[in-house]
Amino acid sequence: MSANTIVCDGNEAAAWGVARSRPDMVAVYPITPQSGLAEKVADFVANGVIEGDLMDVEGEHSVLSVLKGASLCGARTFTATSSHGLAFMFEPYWRTPNLRLPIVMVIVTRDGISPQCVWGGQQDAMTVKEAGWIQLYCESDQEITDTVIMAYKIAEHPEVMLPVNVCYDGNYLSYGIEEVEVPEQELVDNFLGTKNVNWHAALDPDRPMGVDPLTGGANEEGAKLFTRYRKGHCKGMQNALKVIDEIHQDWQGLTGRYYGGLVEEYRLEDADYAILTISSMTGTGRDAVDVARDAGEKVGLIKLKTFRPFPFEALLNSIKKVKALGVVDRSVNYGWSCGPVFQEVLSVLYHLEKKIPAISFIGGLAGADITLDHFAQIIDTTSSTLKGETVKDTIWLNE
Amino acid sequence: MKIQARKIFDPSNIPDDLCPIATEYIYQKTGDWRAERPLVDREKCVKCATCWAFCPCQCIIEKPLWFEANLEFCKGCGICAQECPHGAIKMVEEIED
Repeated sequence: MSANTIVCDGNEAAAWGVARSRPDMVAVYPITPQSGLAEKVADFVANGVIEGDLMDVEGEHSVLSVLKGASLCGARTFTATSSHGLAFMFEPYWRTPNLRLPIVMVIVTRDGISPQCVWGGQQDAMTVKEAGWIQLYCESDQEITDTVIMAYKIAEHPEVMLPVNVCYDGNYLSYGIEEVEVPEQELVDNFLGTKNVNWHAALDPDRPMGVDPLTGGANEEGAKLFTRYRKGHCKGMQNALKVIDEIHQDWQGLTGRYYGGLVEEYRLEDADYAILTISSMTGTGRDAVDVARDAGEKVGLIKLKTFRPFPFEALLNSIKKVKALGVVDRSVNYGWSCGPVFQEVLSVLYHLEKKIPAISFIGGLAGADITLDHFAQIIDTTSSTLKGETVKDTIWLNE
Repeated sequence: MKIQARKIFDPSNIPDDLCPIATEYIYQKTGDWRAERPLVDREKCVKCATCWAFCPCQCIIEKPLWFEANLEFCKGCGICAQECPHGAIKMVEEIED
């Protein structure tokens, strides 16, 4: 245990990651289960731990609007939200990545309403997956601190220049108390380097420019220009795959802590089949794999660390090693009656030389636990497909 | 509020697919959308500038003795005709070329 080790919940772990990244401007509006983070960041600003400014605003729409302006003025910025806060933020939310503003925002994931629910679930983050932000998911409180810091380096990388969502499970991580080593300020300063967030679109009274000009329409030139920006955005996302991987390795070199970058494998090398997890459920998943391994099952685990951009090549390389796959989701894809991660993984399976069975499991909605028993069921069911069973329908763990 | 160090903005190294800023603005000729155009009766117009103040796309231009709309940008909304206190503007249907 080093001198910088503290015991805290996930919201405080995120706040320490923010503090070490030295933001110039923070704007927050509290919402369960993010409130603890909003309060801690406000506390840090009040007590000088964060030297930047905090802006109290009247709602999430204003939060991100303020930060867009601050980012265009050259400020490193931070905010966090959950669930319906994110829904209210959506108008500036999907404009931010198109403007290529490297804002870092935590989503403390929470299930959607209705019915009324204030507990964990990933429906909020999964609903906005096509808005053009990078999405990184965390398994532990330590991973939250580290991922927030890495998120700034990823977002501000000149070949990326995109906003990043650091997502972690509401309740399970937001209030889950663990040991967290807060990195030294000097280490983080050297890691992040010189800040330069608005080299591409600086608000400058000496050189006025319009941001977000009317573009597109039926005229050919407008359509070409609009297409060029969309393609450029996709290129930035693809560049991010390489950058995320490199930055995770750099962080490992400095701290010894590694989270897989894009995809992390656990006991996969000699596995016949695997379960695929995202965020905090992965910890239970690892234990369940250990239990099954002790019973002689050749099962492994694949953790999706990066969900946007989707790590197609990395995931294909992992899935190639197994003959069956069970994918666990903490949210719902209504259009396909399955989990959203599962639905994305199906696109990877198409590129395998030989088709393999895959099953969608949905659990942990609205704060429900995904237990070792659930994972035993997931492992048994996935294993059964290797013995000729066919499972077509989504399996709902909390039914 | 801290004062940010001002950097000189240098657009020369910015990739052209990065961010929509108005350094390469392409005009939308919104006049294409028009179904009716405002026709100004030059005898009645007293240059009170009411139409100029109300025009939502700011396309009213000043002539020596009257105001009229720039038809490259006038969308034909008719607000100028509605607001003109002298009844000097009426909307007439666009006839295709």
